[in-house]
Amino acid sequence: MAQSNTTDLKTADGISLKLSLQRSLRRKKRNALLLVTPLFLFIIITFIIPIAYMLVRSVDNGITAEILPTTVPLLAKWDPLLGETPDEDVYKAFIVDGKVAAKAKTINRLGKRLNYEKSGISSLFRKTGRKLRKLEPEKLTTSHKDALIKIDKKWGQVETWEVIHRESGPYTKSYFLSAVDMEYDANGIQWKEEDSRIYLNLFKRTLWLSFLITFLTVLLGYPIAYLLATLKTSTSNLLIILVLLPFWTSLLVRTSSWIALLQKEGVINDFLFAIGLISDDGRLAMIHNQMGTVVAMTHILLPFMILPLFSVMKTINPSYVRAARSMGATSFTAFRRVYFPNTIAGIGAGGILVFILSIGYYITPALVGGTKGTLISNFIAYHISGSLNWGLAAALGTLLLLLVVALYILYDKIVGIDNMKLG
Amino acid sequence: MALPLHATTSERIWHYTFLTICVLIFGFLIIPILVIIPLSFNAQPYFSFTPEMIAFDPAGYSTKWYETFFNDSNWQAAVRNSIVIAIFSTIISTFLGTLAALGLSQKDFPFKTTVMGLLISPMIVPLIISATGMFFFYAKVNLLGTHIGVILAHAALATPFVVITVTATLTGFDHSLTRAAANLGSSPTNTFFRITVPLITPGVISGALFAFITSFDEVVVVLFVGSVNQRTIPWAMFSGIREEISPTILAVATLLICFSIVLLFMVELLRRRNERLRGITPY
Repeated sequence: MAQSNTTDLKTADGISLKLSLQRSLRRKKRNALLLVTPLFLFIIITFIIPIAYMLVRSVDNGITAEILPTTVPLLAKWDPLLGETPDEDVYKAFIVDGKVAAKAKTINRLGKRLNYEKSGISSLFRKTGRKLRKLEPEKLTTSHKDALIKIDKKWGQVETWEVIHRESGPYTKSYFLSAVDMEYDANGIQWKEEDSRIYLNLFKRTLWLSFLITFLTVLLGYPIAYLLATLKTSTSNLLIILVLLPFWTSLLVRTSSWIALLQKEGVINDFLFAIGLISDDGRLAMIHNQMGTVVAMTHILLPFMILPLFSVMKTINPSYVRAARSMGATSFTAFRRVYFPNTIAGIGAGGILVFILSIGYYITPALVGGTKGTLISNFIAYHISGSLNWGLAAALGTLLLLLVVALYILYDKIVGIDNMKLG
Repeated sequence: MALPLHATTSERIWHYTFLTICVLIFGFLIIPILVIIPLSFNAQPYFSFTPEMIAFDPAGYSTKWYETFFNDSNWQAAVRNSIVIAIFSTIISTFLGTLAALGLSQKDFPFKTTVMGLLISPMIVPLIISATGMFFFYAKVNLLGTHIGVILAHAALATPFVVITVTATLTGFDHSLTRAAANLGSSPTNTFFRITVPLITPGVISGALFAFITSFDEVVVVLFVGSVNQRTIPWAMFSGIREEISPTILAVATLLICFSIVLLFMVELLRRRNERLRGITPY
């Protein structure tokens, strides 16, 4: 069957070899894609779409147009910079919409939403809603404008209408502005007052604590990884269990054991008191503060640093260090100039992993952080279940996500996603 | 690591200091876990060692917190929820993850890095963000407070582990075995079930164990997406720690530690079997 001219080669069923090969390669590729598709679709639906929806919620502002359908288009024609209150037709439309909303009980939702922009609007809307229920527009003797201002004089102020005007579009920047401690002011977008600035401080605190935790895990993890990498394999297999057991133990178990250890009446304080180092009133406050968060999270994240470092160190050839020693280096110099530079990739990989994990942590800071040791994730959770300001929660979440994506790209450049191994 | 005979005095001193430091760090790693175990037998409702316990007086010890745990209907409901949710999400994630890993490890998979990145993104994105996103989305599609919602969420979080573990197993897979089988007349399905499956099973089981523990131990997403009916063990522990801190928590914690030891043992066994099959012996 073989001929010197390859374009004439045919397979057993008479088709050209080249064509047959192309077909079978295409089929293999198609089969490979088919295998991946179920999981791909599953992740898109259960994970990617929810996250995208969160991004949408951070700017979504359909509520104003939904609750004041006729007022919003009329208000859009008003120019707040002219310094005068809107015209009579806006007031008329507002009374109509307001009555409907008051009856459907949705007016308070809008009041609450606009209260994030300017405090006092929530109570204004509540009061107006109550009064509007009894108001009958057909029987008015004065203009609608005067009637509304009579209900509350804030309706005669430009600032009130300015807020509604600004927040009537389908999208809003205000959640993101809040998330970075800015707000709208008479002069445009400004920083908030000193005492209301919490989020930037929170981001700073989260980044700083995470950095500290990463540094501590490198400090504590490096000797252990070195020991495990240089011991005989049988011994290191036994000792690595001491690293893997914390890794496999439930997060809550580890956190509760730190509570038991660090509390005022806990094991460590009892021990120090029993040996006389501290008095009964002088018990150390090691928990429900930043120290609790740092200590507990260092413990929890230490295996994530040790394992990548260990796998990098295992690949370093021991004869390099021996060669350095044989050429006259002291053991410290050999370590500093030969061994350590080879481990930097491992430190980078483990470090970024620990850092990414710690900026997103919620459970441990919630349980042992007190008020000063909480991180950004605790506030996101607070806005979801506590203050119900979902837009702000979504905005904070989006900022956190962007930060993590940036770090992840960095991780990919240093290590490569394909190189991740577990266990 | 042994101290060579020609070590100088300063090297000796450093060597023993280094070993001491390592012992201390190992202690830091393991003592918090071990200290829970005796505390869970405390007869008094304290989180610390009482004088009777230190003197090994039997009156200081009691198993009453374990009895409370087994008899309390809330805790037992939490155990049932945890197990059911974990089993179903493990099944879904192992199935989907193994298929995907098989597809990804074929040669010349188009856009492999991007797809791989997307498939393991649930592992990279901080849990709070996943939980927040899922909360908003499930609220819209009315999946909040249902078992199915939690199972789907956990399956999404667990699949990256399965994908990574099985892909790692498949990198060492010898594809010439499948070609040899085809050569000898086996159909693709037959080859798959009789050649590929037995070889990748240890990796798949490893991945399934990771998936199981991810779901079993997960608390943030359950808090956001589930209602009281889906209360799992970690959730019950979380509220227990926040609210009353009764030593029943310590009893549950000890039981979970034993459970982790069993799982760790299984994973280690699988890993050693894997290494043995490939001809790498640890000894």
